[in-house]
Amino acid sequence: MPLNTTTAPPFVTVLVRGLLAGLVAGLLAGAFAYVAGEPHVEAAIAIEEAAAHTEPAAGVHQHEDAPVSRNGQRGGLFLATGLFGAAMGGLLATAYVLLARRRRTYDDGRSGLLLAGAALLGAVIVPFLKYPANPPAVGDPATINQRTVTYLLMVVLGLVAVWAGSLGYRAVGAEAPWWLRVAAAVGGFLLVTAVSYVVMPSFQEVPADFPATLLWDFRLASLGTQVVLWTGIGLLFAALMQQGRRRAAGVAPTT
Amino acid sequence: MSSSTSSQPLVHPAGTARLLWMVLTTVAVLALLAYLVAFDQGAVSRSGTYLHELMHDGRHLLGVPCH
Repeated sequence: MPLNTTTAPPFVTVLVRGLLAGLVAGLLAGAFAYVAGEPHVEAAIAIEEAAAHTEPAAGVHQHEDAPVSRNGQRGGLFLATGLFGAAMGGLLATAYVLLARRRRTYDDGRSGLLLAGAALLGAVIVPFLKYPANPPAVGDPATINQRTVTYLLMVVLGLVAVWAGSLGYRAVGAEAPWWLRVAAAVGGFLLVTAVSYVVMPSFQEVPADFPATLLWDFRLASLGTQVVLWTGIGLLFAALMQQGRRRAAGVAPTT
Repeated sequence: MSSSTSSQPLVHPAGTARLLWMVLTTVAVLALLAYLVAFDQGAVSRSGTYLHELMHDGRHLLGVPCH
C-alpha cells in the first residue's frame, strides 16, 4: 500500500483532532492554574483591594462591583483555558495542514509535537520574557491598549524568530555537521528575538510595595499554565495523528 | 483525492480553493474565539463586561495583559 495516499487525512479530520487535543489540554492547564496559580491571584486581589480602600481617589475598581463573584471567576478559569486551548489546538492543526508539504519527516506524531514546541517557544516563552504575566494590582489600566497591542506584536515576532531559526537550520544544508545546523538555527532565532526585545517598548508598572515573592510565584504559575497547555496540545495532537495514521494504514484496526 | 504517484501534491488542485476557504474560515472563527477569551471587553461580545469578568482569572494566568 502506498503510504502517501493514506497519510493525508482531510482538513476537517485534522482540525477536529486539534480542537479536541486543545480542549483537553486547556482543561488540564486550567487544573494546573487552579492549584498552582489561584492562591497567588487571591493574594494579589487582597493587596489590590487593600490599596483601593486606602486611596478612594484612585477610582472605582472592577472587583468592587463585579458582575461575577470570585467563585464564578474561579470556575470561569476552566472555561477560559478550555476555550483558549481549543482555539489554540485548532490553529495548530491548521498550521499543521498548511505546513504538511514542507515538513521533512513522515512521522505525523513527531511533526505535530515539533510544531507545538515551536508554538510554545515562539508564542509563549519569547513574549513572556519581554512582557511577563501580571497578577491583579500590577499594571496601569491607562496603558492596557498599548500593552495589549505590543503583547500581540511580540507573539508575532516570537513566531517570526522561530521561523528564522528553521530558516537558518535549512540554509546551512544537510551535508554540514549537525552542530553547525543547530548553531545556525539558534543564531537565527536569537537574532530576531534580541532585535525585537530592543526595539519593543518596555513597561515598568509594578507598584513599589508589591511583594516580589508573590510576583515571582504568580509569574511562575502563569508560565507553567502555558507550558502545560502547549505540552498537552502537542502530546495529545501527536497521539491522535499517529493513531489516525495507524488506523488508516490498517496496522492497528480499532473500532 | 490523490490518485497515482507519490510525488503528487497532497491536495488536488480543484480542491485547493475549497481548502483555502475552509482554512480562512477556521482561522477567523478560532481567532474570534481566542479574542473573546483573552481580549474582549464587551465591545464585540455585547455581553457588557460579563464574559470579561467571568474569564478574569484565566486571562491573568494565561499571561495576557489584563488591566
